[in-house]
Amino acid sequence: MTALPSSASSHSALRWAVSDTLTIARRNLQALFRIPVAIVFMIIQPIMFVILFRYVFGGAIPIVGTSYVNYLIPGILVQTTMFGSVGTAIGLAEDLQQGLIERFRALPMARLAVLGGRTISDVFRNVVVLIIITGVGFAVGFRPHGGVVAYLQACVLMLVFAYCLSWGFAYVGLAAPNSEAAQAITFPLIFPLAFASAIFVPVYTMPWWLRPFANNQPLSQTAIAVRGLMLGEPHGESTWIALAWAIGAVAVLAPLAVNKYRKVA
Amino acid sequence: MPDYAVEANDIVRTFAGGSVRALAGVSLRVPSGEVFGLLGPNGSGKTTMVRILATILAPTSGSATVAGYDVARQPNQVRRRIGLAGQNATVDENLTGFENLRMVGLLNHLNKAFVVAKSHQLLEDFGLADAANRITKTYSGGMRRRLDLAAALVASPPILFLDEPTTGLDPQSRQDLWGIIERLVEGGTTVLLTTQYLDEADRLAKQLVVLDHGKIIAEGTSAELKSQMGATVLSLTFGSLDDAARARPLIADLSGQPANLEGSVLEMTVDNGPSVTADALRRIDAAGIALSGVALHEPSLDDVFINLTGHRAEDLDAAAPTSRRRRRRAPA
Repeated sequence: MTALPSSASSHSALRWAVSDTLTIARRNLQALFRIPVAIVFMIIQPIMFVILFRYVFGGAIPIVGTSYVNYLIPGILVQTTMFGSVGTAIGLAEDLQQGLIERFRALPMARLAVLGGRTISDVFRNVVVLIIITGVGFAVGFRPHGGVVAYLQACVLMLVFAYCLSWGFAYVGLAAPNSEAAQAITFPLIFPLAFASAIFVPVYTMPWWLRPFANNQPLSQTAIAVRGLMLGEPHGESTWIALAWAIGAVAVLAPLAVNKYRKVA
Repeated sequence: MPDYAVEANDIVRTFAGGSVRALAGVSLRVPSGEVFGLLGPNGSGKTTMVRILATILAPTSGSATVAGYDVARQPNQVRRRIGLAGQNATVDENLTGFENLRMVGLLNHLNKAFVVAKSHQLLEDFGLADAANRITKTYSGGMRRRLDLAAALVASPPILFLDEPTTGLDPQSRQDLWGIIERLVEGGTTVLLTTQYLDEADRLAKQLVVLDHGKIIAEGTSAELKSQMGATVLSLTFGSLDDAARARPLIADLSGQPANLEGSVLEMTVDNGPSVTADALRRIDAAGIALSGVALHEPSLDDVFINLTGHRAEDLDAAAPTSRRRRRRAPA
C-alpha cells in the first residue's frame, strides 16, 4: 500500500498531530451546528439568562456606580463560556458511546488529536457565543466604557479560562458512562461556581459564611476581571488571579484527562 | 512479505483485574488473500480478539503480528495496513456519508484530493451516492454498515477486520454485504471475519476457527469441520409439536447424542444413516405417529456448532469423535 498518495515523508509527526487535531476540530464544529439541542444549550440558554436577570430580577438589584445591565453582561459572558466547556464533556462522552473513539484508535492518527481537537473546537464555539451574547447585551442596553482593546482582552481571558477548564470537563466526559450522565455530573460542579459567585450579584450581599468562597473562587475572579476590563474600572489583581487559576487547572486537569483517555480509548 | 497476514500466538486477555478471561490462549494463522472466519456465540471472545489485532486493546499476554508488524511494538505500522468495520457501525451520526469518509481518509494521512475522489468512488460503489450529502443519522441500518465498511476501505488496506458485519441486517442487506466482501477478496484483500452466523462463515470463509469461552474448540475448513462430525443428520418432520415430542424418547437410543427438537422437526446425528433411519421409521410407525417428512443430510455447520458449543465440557468430551477437540477444550 506504499503506492497510495500519502505525503507522509514530507510531514513530521508534529505536523501530522496538528493536521489530525484540526481534522477532528473541524468535524466537531460541523456536527455541532447540526444538533438543535446543542444550539439551544449554547445560545438560547444564555439569552434567557440575560432576559431573566435584566428584566425580571435586575430591577431589584442595586449596583453602586453603574447600571445592573452593565454589571450583568460581563458575568453572563463568563458563565456562558464556562457552560460551553460542558460541551467538551458531552461531546467526548458521545464519541465514546458511538464507538467513534474506538475507530480513531485503529487509525494511524495522532492519539491525542481527539482531545486536542475537541478542546479546540470548543474554543471556536465559545468565540461564536461571545459574539452573539455581546450583540444581545448591546441590544438590552449594555454600554461598556473600557474600550475595544480591553474588551478583547477580557474575551481572550474568558477563552483561556474556559479552555483550561475544558480539560476538566474532558475528564468528566471520558469517565462518564454516557452523554446524559456526563451532563448530569457536570451540573453539580458548575452550579455553585456559577451562582455562588460575583456573576449575577455583588458578593457583599451574601451571608458572611458564603463570601470567602464566592469572592475567591475562580469564576468570580474571572468575572471581576472581565467586568473591570469591559467597564474600564479597577479590578485589582483579578486578571492575574484568574489566569493563575486557569493555568493551575490545566496543569492538573490536562494530565488527568490524557491519562483517562489512554485508559478508556 | 510475511507468510501470514495475521499471526497470533497464545493471546490471553483478562478483564476486571483478571477475574474475567475473555481470551484464554488463542493462536491464529490467517493466510494472505482469503477470508478467515472466527466463529462463535456472543461472549466467546471474537470481538476482543479483533480489538487486539486492530491495536485497540493490548493483550494481557501473548503476541501478534499483522502484515508482519507487531501489534504491541509497531501499532502505527499495523494501523496503516488495516481497516476495521464492526457490528456497531461506528460512523459519526452528525456528519454526512461523504464527510465521514473524508475524515477517516484525512486521519489516515492520505492526500486531500485523493481522499475526496476515493470517498466519492466508494459511495458510488456501495450504492450510497444519492445519500452522500445526507446526515448519517438518517441512514438505514444497512446503509450505515455499508458506510462503515467504506470508511474501513478509504485507505485501501490490504487487511480488513470485519466484526460481525451483518449482525442485525435484513437478508437483502446481508447478501449485498457478502457480495462486497467477495469482490474485495477477489481483489487480493485478506479478511478476518467474525460471525455468529454459520451460513455466513460457510459461504465466505475458506478457513474457520470456532471460539467458545475464549478458547479455540475447533478449526479447519468448513468441509473439515463437517467431516469431523463423522456422521449424517437424520431429520424427521412431524405433523404437530405433540407428535414430535412423543416420538423423541422412542428413538433416543439410536444416536450417541440427544436429539435436537426445533418446532415439529426432530434432528439427530447418526452414524449409520440408512439402517438407523429404517429403525426410527419402524418405531414411529409402530407407535402410530404420523410423519410428514424424512431427510438424511450431511451435517450443516449449524450441526457442527451445536455439537461443539451446545453442550457442557463433559458432555462434549463424551461425544467428541476426535481427540483433537477434547484436547482443545479447556475445563470450564
